[in-house]
This record gives sequence, structure tokens and C-alpha cells, in this order.
Amino acid sequence: MEITESGVKGEVICSRVEGSVAIIYAQGYLNKISGEQTERECRNRLEDGYRALVLNFSDTQIVNSIGVSILLGVIDAVEETNSRLCFCNVNNHTAQLFDMLGLTRHVYLAPTEEAALAWSSKDQTAGVAAAAAATAN
Amino acid sequence: MYYGIEKFLHAFSSLADLGQEIADTRDYREMVETALQVVLGTLAIRRGAVVEYERDKNVLKFIAARGISHELPPDVAFDGAVVKDLCAGGACGLNLYADEGSGANKELAEKCRALFKDFGFELITPLIIRDTLLGVLLLGRKVSEELFSELDRDVVCAMARHIGVGIYSHRLLAEVEVRAEENRRLYDDLRETYQDTVRAFAAAIDFKDTYTRGHSERVGLYCEIIAREMGWDDEQVEGMIVAGYLHDIGKIFVDREIINAPHRIDAKLLPELNGHTIAGYELLSLIKHPFTDIPLMARHHHERVDGGGYPDGLTGDQIPIGAKILTLADSFDAMTTDRPYKRRRTLEEIIKDLQENAGKQFEPGVVVAFARAILKEIKGETEDKRITKMLAKNYDDVKSIEPLLVELLAKLESPSLNTSTATS
Ligand SMILES: [Fe+2]
Ligand SMILES: [Fe+2]
Repeated sequence: MEITESGVKGEVICSRVEGSVAIIYAQGYLNKISGEQTERECRNRLEDGYRALVLNFSDTQIVNSIGVSILLGVIDAVEETNSRLCFCNVNNHTAQLFDMLGLTRHVYLAPTEEAALAWSSKDQTAGVAAAAAATAN
Repeated sequence: MYYGIEKFLHAFSSLADLGQEIADTRDYREMVETALQVVLGTLAIRRGAVVEYERDKNVLKFIAARGISHELPPDVAFDGAVVKDLCAGGACGLNLYADEGSGANKELAEKCRALFKDFGFELITPLIIRDTLLGVLLLGRKVSEELFSELDRDVVCAMARHIGVGIYSHRLLAEVEVRAEENRRLYDDLRETYQDTVRAFAAAIDFKDTYTRGHSERVGLYCEIIAREMGWDDEQVEGMIVAGYLHDIGKIFVDREIINAPHRIDAKLLPELNGHTIAGYELLSLIKHPFTDIPLMARHHHERVDGGGYPDGLTGDQIPIGAKILTLADSFDAMTTDRPYKRRRTLEEIIKDLQENAGKQFEPGVVVAFARAILKEIKGETEDKRITKMLAKNYDDVKSIEPLLVELLAKLESPSLNTSTATS
């Protein structure tokens, strides 16, 4: 297991990889600054060749509109590379927001990181379509 | 699930975010990009753009875009009629694909669809401030695939107004900056023109006086160095240079014979030569100078602090400080250059003379400043060595006066003596 840290001005974005899955930990309040760092980390991992991303929200209490917009950018990047994306440990309030806005049509929300990893490595060909299907159930 | 309240709360807090981002972000492009992000995140829309309307070229210029390509698309030519229709439709969004009912809107929607057909935008919202079309906010479909609701449209309209104000205030600011810059350049030009004119005048004054070619310009230089040493600001120093250039302007009214007399002028001609101070004052009073007191400095540059000078016999504080600087600069140049009736004196004699006459002919504080400036040049404490360079033309060993300067400063710099400073 490899854990890397990157970021600017004291805000550190953590990510690690497990097998073929990259796990990125979103920080605190997902706004412009932390959101852009998260997005960059996701894009870097995709560039590295990972085709499954798990975004862990356990440290994130609030996602504002800029945060949502940035997550949409991550979804774009994931779809462009035919990769799959899964969010985990999303708190209730944020989960409601994602559902209300329709993000859950494109991303699978897993309750825990283990569940996310299991989902991510389950069916590598299903891609994002699987996310929508999984959420719809 | 029904999300009425949550949607409203999310939209409401987004609107607050938007106001803050627009107010806080200084960089224009970044401000627009962030504003676009807020709008897209509010309704969860993947593609969107803000385009600015450039009236003179009649094009729409992309300032920010998300979800369409990595680079900003090229400008889109804009039809004047569409601009008019968009403005007439008010500041609310036009849905390009929903059936808008009325025929005019349908036609406009068709035109706009044609304009942006490659990008997949569905909602077009004009950014209008004070009846002027500043640009357009373009939005694609929501990720929820739901159509834009009434609430969505209201939120987008409110946000479009915010963005419009942001763009508008940016344009105002940019215009103000350009104006300020123009003004500054204009002012610089004026100053330069003025300086050139003054320099030309100085040359004309000195030309009349065969033996004192370059006198006014040298006096200007000494004035500059003394004023700077006394801690004056740039503008005051500039005024002092001009005063140096013009101090003898009254001489253009004095007979050439008198000025160039190869012997000490006899007493009955003195009033006429001395009259150059009043003549200069009167002439300079006719001109509006960007600096204060130039005429008064010219009038009083032959006064003495002990009251023995002319034309008014002023003493001490009655004499403007600029005139006192002129007196020293003028005398120093007279002493260091050959005159029709007098050969230049040695530097040793001159420094002793300055010390001797401090408090009589010269203001001690001005003598101190000048001595300090020369000493700094000799010691190599300044890069600027204009006085010593000037003196080196007539004297072989300028450095030899160092001990005399040190002695002068020790004598005159006692705390009981107040150094005069610039007053406006
Ligand atoms: Fe004079
Ligand atoms: Fe003079």
C-alpha cells in the first residue's frame, strides 16, 4: 500500500492506492480551494492509469455549490477515460444534496470504504452505468 | 423524494456564495470562472459558459467555460437583431428547447440554438445591466435530466444579475484605470514639456551672459542635490531644479554690456543689474507654474540671512527656504567658475568662505546640507557623483577638501542650529 500526500499551503490532500483502485480523501469543507485540490488529485490518478476512483468523504462535513461543480468535473474526467467513480462515507446531509441534484445518477454512494473498494473492483467493465444501476436499487 | 425546502436552501446559500465570490475575487477572469462554477453547482449542470458581448466587433467572447472543452471556444459572431430581442425579452432565461409558447420567443430560441448548436446549451440568460447587454450565461442540461423548473429559472436569473454586476463593475474599474493611466501620462508629458521649455529658457539666459554659459543649469543641479539632501520629496526637488534654471531670467532685461562688463561693475550700474531679481519675479509671476514659489525664489536669491542682501533686505526666516538654497547654489557656481572680473577661487578658500558666511550670507542648514552632499560623494557613499564630476573640470584634487568639509560640519552641525526643512 502506498500513501501519497500532495497539496498547497498546508492543505494536504491524501490519497492511496489499493490494487487498481485509487482512493482520494476529500478534505473538510469542500469549496473552491480544497475542491480544486481534490479534482487535481483525481485527474493525476487517472493520468497515472487508474481506472477506478474512490472519493472518501469521511472528513467532509459540507459541500458547497462550487464543490458540487468540481465533483461534476471529476465525473466528466472519469467518463472521458471510461473509468468508474464511487463516493463513500458521505454524511446524510451531503448524500441528500447529491441525490436531490442528481449526482447519484452518475456516482455510486457506498456506505464505507470497504464497500466502495468491493464495488470498484467487482466488475471492471460495467463502468458508470453500474453506478446508476446500483444507486437506483 | 420531495426536496422543495432543501433545493431552496441550497440555491439560497449558493446565491450568498456567489455574491461573496464576486465581491472578493479581484482577478476578472477568475471571478467569472468562479461565478460560473457556483451556478453550475447550484443546479448540478455539467456544461456552461459565460460569454461577454463585444459591441464594437459584434461578437460573443467566451470568458469562462466548463464541461465543453479544455480551451475556450473561439468568438461567436452575434446578430444585432438577436441582441435586441434578447434585451427586449428582459433579464430572464430563454429555454432553447422547451416550447416557449409565444412565437417571438420561439423564433429567438431557434436563432440562439443555431448560434450555439455545437455546445449543447439549453438555457440562455442575457446579462443585462442598465439596458445594456453585457454578455450571456449559457447553461446545459442538469445532471438530474429534469427540465428547468420555475425555481431554477428564478435562481439562474438572480445569479445572472449578480454576474452582470460583477462584469459591469469590472468594466468600470478597467475604464477608470485606463483613464488614470492616461491622465498620468498626460501629466508626465506636460511636466516634460515644461521642463524642456524651462531648460531652453535657461540656455537663453546663459547665452546672453558670455562668461557664465551653463550657469543656470549648474545652479539647477546644485539646488537639486541640496534639496534632496535636506529630505525634500520628488515634487519639491523638481520645483527647486526649475527655480535653479530660472533664477536669473530677469537678466534678459538687463543690458548685455552690463552683464558682460570685463571689470567690476561700477556703483551706478549696480541697481540695474540688481534689478534682475525683481524683473525675474515679475516675469515669472505671469506664468502658471506647476510648482509653488518659483517667482519668489527668483526675487530673493540675492538676499542674505543677515539682512544685507537685495532687493528687499529680508532677514532669516523672512527669506523663503528655496531662495536660500538658490543663494548658496548661485554663489557656489560663481566662486567655482571664472567671471569677467574675477578668476575662480580655490576650493579650500570656497569651503572656508561657506563656513565663514554661514549665518551671514547663507542659511547654516543649507550650507550643512551641501557640505554633507559633497562629502558623501568624496567618501563614495553615493553612486551619484555629479558635484565632484562638475568640479573636476576646473579643479585637480577635489578630494583634498575632505578635512575642511568635516571641520565645517563639526562646527555648523551643533544641536543649537536648526536645520531648515522644506515647507510647502
Ligand atoms: Fe542672480
Ligand atoms: Fe545666478
